Amino acid sequence: MAAILEGRHESAWTALWGRLIQDRVGTLCLAVVLAYLILILAAVVGLVSADWRREIGVPYANPALLGDTPQPGAQPSAGAVRRGPALDLSAVDPLAPKYAEWARRTEELKVGEPRRSLSLPWGGDRWGRDVLDKAIKGSQVSIAVGVTAALCAALIGTLLGALAGFYGGLRDDFLEWLYSVFTSIPSILLIFALAAVLRSGWLGQVFAGGIWTVVIILAATGWTGMYRLVRAEYMKHRARPYVLAAEAIGASASARMFVHILPNVSHVILIQLSLLVVAFIKVEVILSFLGLGVPIDMVSWGTMLAEAQTELVIGKWWQLAAATAFMAVFLTAFSMLTDSLRDALDPKLR
Amino acid sequence: MVPTLGGVILLVFFLFKLFGGDPSEILAGQVASQEQLEAIRRELGLDRPWTAQLWKFLHDVFTFDFGKSWMTREAVSEIFLTRLPATLTITLPILLLEVCLAIPIAMMVAYFRGSLLDRLTMAVCVAAMSVSFLVYIIVGQYWLAFKWGMFPVQGWSDNLWRNLLTYAPLPVLLATLVSLAPQTRLYRSFFLDETKSDYVRTARAKGLSEPAIMLRHVFRNAMVPVLTNVSLLLPGVFVGSFLLEIFFSIPGLGREIYLAVNRSDYPVIQAFTVYLAALTMLVNLAADVLYRLVDPRIQLK
Repeated sequence: MAAILEGRHESAWTALWGRLIQDRVGTLCLAVVLAYLILILAAVVGLVSADWRREIGVPYANPALLGDTPQPGAQPSAGAVRRGPALDLSAVDPLAPKYAEWARRTEELKVGEPRRSLSLPWGGDRWGRDVLDKAIKGSQVSIAVGVTAALCAALIGTLLGALAGFYGGLRDDFLEWLYSVFTSIPSILLIFALAAVLRSGWLGQVFAGGIWTVVIILAATGWTGMYRLVRAEYMKHRARPYVLAAEAIGASASARMFVHILPNVSHVILIQLSLLVVAFIKVEVILSFLGLGVPIDMVSWGTMLAEAQTELVIGKWWQLAAATAFMAVFLTAFSMLTDSLRDALDPKLR
Repeated sequence: MVPTLGGVILLVFFLFKLFGGDPSEILAGQVASQEQLEAIRRELGLDRPWTAQLWKFLHDVFTFDFGKSWMTREAVSEIFLTRLPATLTITLPILLLEVCLAIPIAMMVAYFRGSLLDRLTMAVCVAAMSVSFLVYIIVGQYWLAFKWGMFPVQGWSDNLWRNLLTYAPLPVLLATLVSLAPQTRLYRSFFLDETKSDYVRTARAKGLSEPAIMLRHVFRNAMVPVLTNVSLLLPGVFVGSFLLEIFFSIPGLGREIYLAVNRSDYPVIQAFTVYLAALTMLVNLAADVLYRLVDPRIQLK
């Protein structure tokens, strides 16, 4: 008997995988998202874009497809050209004897200015950094912020939602009140208030210089949707026969909550999590654009757009194009993957 | 509503009290003597126990008197009231336009569901939603206003009609374009939900034409979730699109609060948060009542 059951055993996740790869659009989107993840991993390890800070091109170097034609204003200045007749002032100039020595020492200390290329694969920015490298590094930062913040928000939302939905009563009343407080403040105001507090408060100093400030802002404002969904699921599940059976064999409340019910509501959490990732990446881009997001020594799609805005006025469109393209492709693929995932998780919806 | 409002006030108070740092240091700047810091603390009432401070905060909220902005010395209530009209001038046309455009498009797409038109529109919607709002604004402002000169690049005046006809069109157009994609997707699903109902099958069985079913039966039933969604969007008209206000230098609430964040101007942020939350709750309440009038099946709690 056991052998027969063993042979037919197909876990829910295998079944999900089978349905997901039948969906052609879903598979394509999954491939795109995986490609991004590999690129990000490579960037984290340092295989690509490790030295995105290096200024390897002339300022505003052309993208390769425009060729090497120098842009007006892109030439490095050739130094001041001396005008007028060369006068010999050495007789009256008190510093004259030192000139030779200074010239020699300048020669000794001269740092070889690396040759800067006139064009880069996807153009250069104001300091001649490679835009393609920046876009890859920016993807790493933006996606890392989005995913980390979504995980934090999901953790808060799931914990509180499980508590409220499972126990009900006073705990539920209190958490419902907390939920209504958080949702009655328009989310952008809550984000701004948190940003203001984190800028000048002590918490900002603790987490200064990383992605953590923006992760805290996003997680603290974004947990409400997850809480609502998980709470509803737990209310539905807590009186189901399998949970009662678990109670009968002596499973503790926390075991019932997280060992028995949680796997059965995980599909809801997974979908909401991926929706949060998309939403958080969009907000991170806007916050970083406004200077309230990642610190200035990091690059994200938002900081790239902030630079691109001024560059566009002088006709340098490539940084804008790079940030937009990288972001749009990832978000499109990720949202469509979420849709496919939802269809695969819940075949009834079709 | 009362406990929620109380919660909002508590949240704002403790957020700034516990995590906001010492206001006297923000106000006095980098170089300040101990006496100056003390004087500022006394002026703001920070030397008193926190219960007294909370009491003063409550008093401020209910008397609509948050004192003066730390940076511009303008009365906070004055700032709020003078910035509100500009925000509404932008947001009300946006809301009106996006709803009026999204409903017919969604209905058409739902009518031709499964066709190439439907799938193409949905794919365009997803792609359009994936591009940041920032990009729409940057590109729109650059090409439409700066390059082609169809609109003023930015600006604002004191005259409502001049604002509406000269300065508002470009921000309104951009915001409508951006919100059209998610709205269309959502409304399409509302229409599709209705087309699966029993009354549609009955209507079909008695021989009604498809357009008649769509316009007469599905449309009216789908309006219920559409209205719910609009009522969720309504509070947003007060907050406004701070990005549009920043880019087009429209003196609205959103831009003001962004400036306040940059200047660590706590009274302005606190007042705006509390009052906009209260306004949001009022609008939601009004929407619930209106909702009851539209759909008699819904009971108020």
